[in-house]
Amino acid sequence: MNSILKKSWWKIFAVVLMVYTIVAGLLFDVPRLAILNETIRVLYFHVPMWFGMIILLTVSVVYSIRYLNKPSQKFDNYALEFANIGVVFGVLGLLSGALWANYTWGSPWSSDPKQNAAAIAMLIYFAYLILRNSLEDEQQRAKIGAIYNIFAFATLIPLLFVLPRLTDSLHPGNGGNPGFNAYDLDSKLRLVFYPAVLGWTLLGTWLTSQRIRLKAINQVLDDQSEEHYIPTEKHDPELVSDTDQRSTYSRSAD
Amino acid sequence: MILSLCLILTSAVPTLAQQTEEVTMADTFRAEGKIYVVVAVILLIFAGLVIYMVRIDRKVKRLEKELDMEK
Repeated sequence: MNSILKKSWWKIFAVVLMVYTIVAGLLFDVPRLAILNETIRVLYFHVPMWFGMIILLTVSVVYSIRYLNKPSQKFDNYALEFANIGVVFGVLGLLSGALWANYTWGSPWSSDPKQNAAAIAMLIYFAYLILRNSLEDEQQRAKIGAIYNIFAFATLIPLLFVLPRLTDSLHPGNGGNPGFNAYDLDSKLRLVFYPAVLGWTLLGTWLTSQRIRLKAINQVLDDQSEEHYIPTEKHDPELVSDTDQRSTYSRSAD
Repeated sequence: MILSLCLILTSAVPTLAQQTEEVTMADTFRAEGKIYVVVAVILLIFAGLVIYMVRIDRKVKRLEKELDMEK
């Protein structure tokens, strides 16, 4: 069922890609560009956070759709944990971006359209996690969470890909296009950048796989403790007097 | 027209080349070989984190076995 998460070949691949990213990212030749200087290497560490985030959040929304199609605990676990790691990547992307901007743009936060849009996107995903935690009922949480996740993803795409293109941005590659404009012709950068994106994404997936597996273990343990549930005096309605029962019912109705 | 365009283009190329040469990079740092120390330190830390993750994987696998979750 979820055996791919337990396979080790893609984890080894992730480690190989990451070692390559670190070595090549720091040692390989890069274009000499003013202002950017050596910080152009941030491309291999900061930008994969965003690419990775988008890939991981896409996986999350796919599982949300699958959940709505065929409700199962497994799909909900996948949707939640992939969203979790996506948010972690996004926060790291924002922080690393601010750190880098401090030395290239002169201040960590210049309310650049890209920064603002990314921050709003993060807030929308924080709301997803808070919304889930605020719902007690498991099925309700999964269902509402899945629907919200689809809306969150639908806002993420214009926030990251459309809105920053409508105005000028300081972000490298910008000036109408926040993509790869400035480096489009540079195959030296692509040689490290694409493996870096895959490496970081797989590393995030590895972390996610551990959380998914732990969640499944937790749920099995919960089910077991429910099976072996022995009613105690406090919980057994027969042992509680009528008046007590009424008061508990009325309290729960509140 | 085409000729003047060619002239503009060819005249632009050397100025671009000059600009790129002026950009300062960590050339001495690299020449001294100290960059390899940085790479080694980062790789060491990354290796430590990977070993830690592998150990978590093993722990999770053991729990799954105990609970008969192997599929």
